[in-house]
Amino acid sequence: MSTLTDPPKPAFRLSQLIYDTRYRSITIQLVALLLMVLGIGWLVNNTVQNLAALGKDFNFGFLDNSAGYDINQRLIDYNSQMSHGRAAMVGILNTLLVAFLGCVTATVIGVIAGVLRLSKNWVVSRLMAVYVEGFRNVPLLLWIILIFSIMSESMPQPKDFRGAEPAASMIFSDHVAVTNRGIWIPRLGFTNSLSGNEAVASVEGLPAVATGGADWALIGVTLLISIIAIGFVRTRASQLQEATGNRPTTWYLQLGLLVIPFVIVALFLGMTVVTPFLKGFNFTEGTHLRNSLIALWIALSLYTGAFIAEIVRAGILAVSKGQSEAAFALGMRPNRTMNLVILPQAMRVIVPPLISQYLNLAKNSSLAIAVGYMDVRATLGGITINQTGRELEGMLLLGGFYLLLSLLISSVMNYFNNRTQLRER
Amino acid sequence: MKKTVFFGALTVAALVAGVASAATLDDVKARGSLNCGVTTGLVGFAAPDANGVWEGFDVGICRAVAAAIFGDPTAVEFVPTTGQTRFTALASGEIDLLARNTTWTFSRDTDLKFEFVGVNYYDGQGFMVPKDLGVSSAKDLDGATVCIQTGTTTELNLADFFRTNNISYEPVPIETNAEAQQQYLSGACDVYTTDASGLAATRATFEAPNDHTLLPEIISKEPLGPLVRHGDSEWGDIARWTLNALVSAEELGVTSSNIAELAAAPTNNPEVNRLLGTEGQLGSMIGLDANWAANAIAAGGNYGELFEKNIGESTPIGLARGLNAMWTEGGLIYSPPFR
Repeated sequence: MSTLTDPPKPAFRLSQLIYDTRYRSITIQLVALLLMVLGIGWLVNNTVQNLAALGKDFNFGFLDNSAGYDINQRLIDYNSQMSHGRAAMVGILNTLLVAFLGCVTATVIGVIAGVLRLSKNWVVSRLMAVYVEGFRNVPLLLWIILIFSIMSESMPQPKDFRGAEPAASMIFSDHVAVTNRGIWIPRLGFTNSLSGNEAVASVEGLPAVATGGADWALIGVTLLISIIAIGFVRTRASQLQEATGNRPTTWYLQLGLLVIPFVIVALFLGMTVVTPFLKGFNFTEGTHLRNSLIALWIALSLYTGAFIAEIVRAGILAVSKGQSEAAFALGMRPNRTMNLVILPQAMRVIVPPLISQYLNLAKNSSLAIAVGYMDVRATLGGITINQTGRELEGMLLLGGFYLLLSLLISSVMNYFNNRTQLRER
Repeated sequence: MKKTVFFGALTVAALVAGVASAATLDDVKARGSLNCGVTTGLVGFAAPDANGVWEGFDVGICRAVAAAIFGDPTAVEFVPTTGQTRFTALASGEIDLLARNTTWTFSRDTDLKFEFVGVNYYDGQGFMVPKDLGVSSAKDLDGATVCIQTGTTTELNLADFFRTNNISYEPVPIETNAEAQQQYLSGACDVYTTDASGLAATRATFEAPNDHTLLPEIISKEPLGPLVRHGDSEWGDIARWTLNALVSAEELGVTSSNIAELAAAPTNNPEVNRLLGTEGQLGSMIGLDANWAANAIAAGGNYGELFEKNIGESTPIGLARGLNAMWTEGGLIYSPPFR
């Protein structure tokens, strides 16, 4: 009679780490981890050794020191006595400004070009093909430099606007000056500013105007309340439509909600348009759009717009033809078909690649170096590093900023993507 | 066993990291050429000629150092650097010597960890304007647009000057001298400011140099000189004493035309003999051949010859010696004795 026993367990052998599929993956992962740790260790060790050899330490104290240099484009108050940290902040805001302007314009250009490239009109679709292929196949840097050179070489100098018979004159009935130092456009000022103390008369005899943060904040809040109210009206209209089948006419209500509070606040603050005029060497008053900003903004928009056009075209083509045929069969007009049927379905194809285009645009804005636009690369990553000798700290901060910016953009866009995704039931 | 490998790897890593900061002279000798940082192009100071050969006042310093080490003034790799990249290039070891009209300042010497080996040009910051702008003083420049090379001391001086005079300006940051020239000539800025010598050199390349004028104000002291990294004093000595040799040569009347004769046999001037290596052991003290200084002087001539040939009054740049005359002639150029 024999008794049942467990089969003898084979002893664990070292070779199993490689040949036994149960252990192999763990072995590979451990080796990879070890190599990675060694690699990072080597880099850190090398850095520490070389810093020590140069007699440098590692600290961020330089951010509190006085910067000593001036920045031409400032969205917040800044002068050369303020700290390097403040200068970096000015640069960050300049980067955000051009990235934001670029993303908005690129999206508008891209959507229009993408839709038009599908047009049945041969000339229009070919023209758009030329635009897309032309811009996406030539390096961005060349476009930036080209636009900058056109601006600075072929536009009139401010002094050409002077004299009884000037060689150049302002356009839009003397409101906009296009010069080789940039474009001056009118700005909005407030005669009854809430932050009144900074009100100055630009010319003797004219009323004093000021631009105050408080004034803009008030206008912003007003517009926000208007928009919330409009949203409420629209929701109610939709509810009524669901219940009765008839959508009440609300456009005059919406328009009124938007315009009337704004007009009241504007009158209260005494909002006026301040036109630029020539004084001394340059135009003064008005808003100065520098060549560097214009070149960077236009080039980034046109370049990224070409990519977005292709994404939009792909998104629209991805919606099956039956969808539009069905919509037409229901008697929908073409623009309603596009807005209510095609685009909502195309969005789920468009948004993910759109995110990476926005990220590209934000990072490409560091090409500002070519035209001297004072972005964060130029302030923190340029002059500050050069004056303080803190290459490692400065570059780490700079890298950290772009990383944070990219993550922020992609999380916002991912949220939007989740909202527009097709929900299957 | 794994532990051994780990520590072995760490040791290797430490060694590799350590080697990078060994003696610069040995690195240069092993490489067979000197890596010398210069401007991206400033006529008279450092610019390639029609055949692509670098020449100029700062280039002359590079060639003299190369000649002192190798006996060959052409054993130089010129690395063009901008105002912003120069310090990183030097600190990282990409270049051994920076001769790029760089101002000697306290913070660059101490905080940035560099060692200035002397002054080869005493300069100051000036302003250049077109004559038809009708400006005769820098204090009239309220509201002007100013082209400025970014990452320089001039950028900081400019901010200080306009702030202390309580006038405003619009800075246009520029990366290189060539870009500044283009922006200035197209009228995108009213004023170009940099070291007065640089302005003179830039103006000399204009089609109509007489349409432009330098304003009388010199708003800063800009002692320009070559520099090396902190921490390798032997290398610093070689650069410093090569510069001093050029200066001493002018003082002692040693020129590129009579040097072959003077170096052939001891003369009756003991200082000339020590300088040229026909007497004493100065070469071995500094770790070079006995005729190191003779080679350095033969490369492009003494200090005065370099000055006259590249930026002096006979050249289009036309700078007078001024502060840069020998101390015996009322200037500041002075070398410690070769003894």
